[in-house]
Amino acid sequence: MTAFTGPFATRRLILQGAASVALLGLGNLPFTPARAAANDKYPEEAFKQKSEADAVKALYGKTAEPSDKVKLDAPEIAENGGVVPISVTTTLDKVTSISFFVAENPSALAASYKIPDGTIPSIANRLKMAKTTNVVAIVEADGKLYSATKEVKVTVGGCGG
Amino acid sequence: MAIRRRDFLKSAGLAAASLSLPRPARGTEAASIYDIERFGNARILHLTDTHAQLNPVYFREPSVNIGIGEMAGRPPHLVGRAFLDHFGIRPDSADAYAFSCSEFEKSAGRFGKLGGFAHLKTLIDRLRGDVGESRSLLVDGGDLWQGTGLANMLQGRDMVEAANLLGIEAMTGHWEFTYGEQALRDNLERFRGEFLAQNVFLTEEAAFNDAAAFDKATGRVFKPSVIKELGGHRVAIVGQAFPYVPIAHPKRFTPDWSFGIREKELQKHVDGLRGTDKVDAVILLSHNGMDVDLKLASRVTGIDVILGGHTHDAIPQPIAVKNASGTTLVTNAGSNGKFLAVLDLALDKGKVSDVKYHLLPVYSELLKPDPGMAELIGRLRAPFVTDWSEKIATPDRLLYRRDNFAGPVDELICTALRTELDAEVALSPGFRWGVTALSGQAVTMEDLLAETAISYPETYVQEMTGAQIKDVLEDICDNLFNADPYYQQGGDMVRAGGLSYTCTPTAAIGNRISELRFNGGKALSASHRYKIAGWASVNGQQGAPVWDVVAKYLRSGRMFQERLGSGVTLKGVEGNPGIAGQG
Repeated sequence: MTAFTGPFATRRLILQGAASVALLGLGNLPFTPARAAANDKYPEEAFKQKSEADAVKALYGKTAEPSDKVKLDAPEIAENGGVVPISVTTTLDKVTSISFFVAENPSALAASYKIPDGTIPSIANRLKMAKTTNVVAIVEADGKLYSATKEVKVTVGGCGG
Repeated sequence: MAIRRRDFLKSAGLAAASLSLPRPARGTEAASIYDIERFGNARILHLTDTHAQLNPVYFREPSVNIGIGEMAGRPPHLVGRAFLDHFGIRPDSADAYAFSCSEFEKSAGRFGKLGGFAHLKTLIDRLRGDVGESRSLLVDGGDLWQGTGLANMLQGRDMVEAANLLGIEAMTGHWEFTYGEQALRDNLERFRGEFLAQNVFLTEEAAFNDAAAFDKATGRVFKPSVIKELGGHRVAIVGQAFPYVPIAHPKRFTPDWSFGIREKELQKHVDGLRGTDKVDAVILLSHNGMDVDLKLASRVTGIDVILGGHTHDAIPQPIAVKNASGTTLVTNAGSNGKFLAVLDLALDKGKVSDVKYHLLPVYSELLKPDPGMAELIGRLRAPFVTDWSEKIATPDRLLYRRDNFAGPVDELICTALRTELDAEVALSPGFRWGVTALSGQAVTMEDLLAETAISYPETYVQEMTGAQIKDVLEDICDNLFNADPYYQQGGDMVRAGGLSYTCTPTAAIGNRISELRFNGGKALSASHRYKIAGWASVNGQQGAPVWDVVAKYLRSGRMFQERLGSGVTLKGVEGNPGIAGQG
């Protein structure tokens, strides 16, 4: 939960969200929740976990099932591993959060967004990736977890035909 | 010449059968292989990956082009005899020489060089004249502006002139981008056709800074498509540039642009052409590479034909791919001007009812060069010809490049780099362009440039640990053999001079490369640092251009001092028909 979209989920709000996620991904900058609901706490434990499974467990306490209702958009091969554009939309109802995991980053949880009631569940952000690995998006909807996975290649480049 | 003509005649009848299309046998006129029966109401001519070869060339097709997973044993991953058998081409025929590596040296003497823009001009004019200007269209799939010393020196300006005279009406790009944005835009000012690319977008930063774009709303840098009136019907040509330009080449050439396959954007655009513009046919002019196009055809709907390039596969017949709303035909039209593709369409209201496709080898001995184009080529080359015609060396063997792992051209480059730069290992990129030189034929600077002329030719020497070398080999090997074509970039394996290793193409990344040794001898240590020489780095380098380093080596009178052979032992691909002599 690094960024929060208001009831009017405009492109600008989404971009603001992207900026704060990118900053968080790059270093230990101070975290200032803009519109945090009163009961939301920064999920420090989840961000500390190394593996994807442990991070999901720490964040949600349950596991996700793959769903084609979660549309994950990511490049097959990253043009720059430092800023990989990744977005998620979903047709699921009652979405309360969307989270991003980079399986083989030093810490797997990259970003988690709370989605207030009445918001269009659509998040675009940029993630820093250490190497070729799976990116997993988890959508929390009506108390259940749904996921989509895509491998993103981070290559040394060169040698094109 | 008389003997050659007889050779062509002998094979012409069977060549026609090999393309599975009836061609009238017109007695003694050898050029009748270019008489194509009229069909349908529109003709699209497709050239791709000519790599700026203005004059006819020798070009040997690969003897190793392995497909794995779903791509195993199917075109384009068939070579030699397996290729000929699949397409019904008689061994020993002119078509066998043009389309495969089979008996290349023997046939080169019989059938001569292929391609050449003056010869292409003659053939194109004839094929357009056969159906009438209003029913024909000439398109180019990219890699038109790079591949020779001349094109590199002039940043592709020579090829824009040749393209205009040839009558190219639409193109897309790949190496075109490696001259940088300014040179690209300057060339496009002069180009009389359309440059199309649905998959090139401004980066968010560039969009924020108001960088130039065709459509600011979508961020598309170039026009995505053009609609042409052909034979009273509306045909949309959509451009698909090489998706991995900023990854395969230095990012500094295209800092403001983001590429990618962009399937979703493509689908939306095709839907718009069908739904809003009510076109009768949609053609994708693609530089994706054939494996990527075959996958894309199964997922994106509404495209009638993908005219493909990039992977330099000369595939005589389209491959039909089913998808959710119909069938898409996928082609790939070879390289270096060796082939001209002819797509005849029977168009109806809102649909293509039938097609015929011919991939014609451009036998330069059967075509009279167009005088206007010959004059232009002579004028463009004149300032450089003298400097570049010095004979540097005369190789005692066939020099070719194409193969997944190695070829004599790259072994020569690697040996030159190791010797001149005093390195233990040399790395040379797995390019698929670069022409073939026959044994005993003198090599000039112009020939050398045809193997090396790029806008980032600087050599380098650096230290790498054994583990880093393995990582680089693994990374590039995955670009070639990832089971999912969308993760492939379409080049061949990096050439590793001085090293031998075992490769298991069917393994996963990290597990393909093993047994790394110095030419079969001492094993590499993971932690030891080795001195590596190379060129064409995506990072900026300062060394002399590679062509000067190789020329210096050749002028010293040395040539092949090492045992030839790839130094690569393959595992897990026994029986794969992507290896000549197997399957």
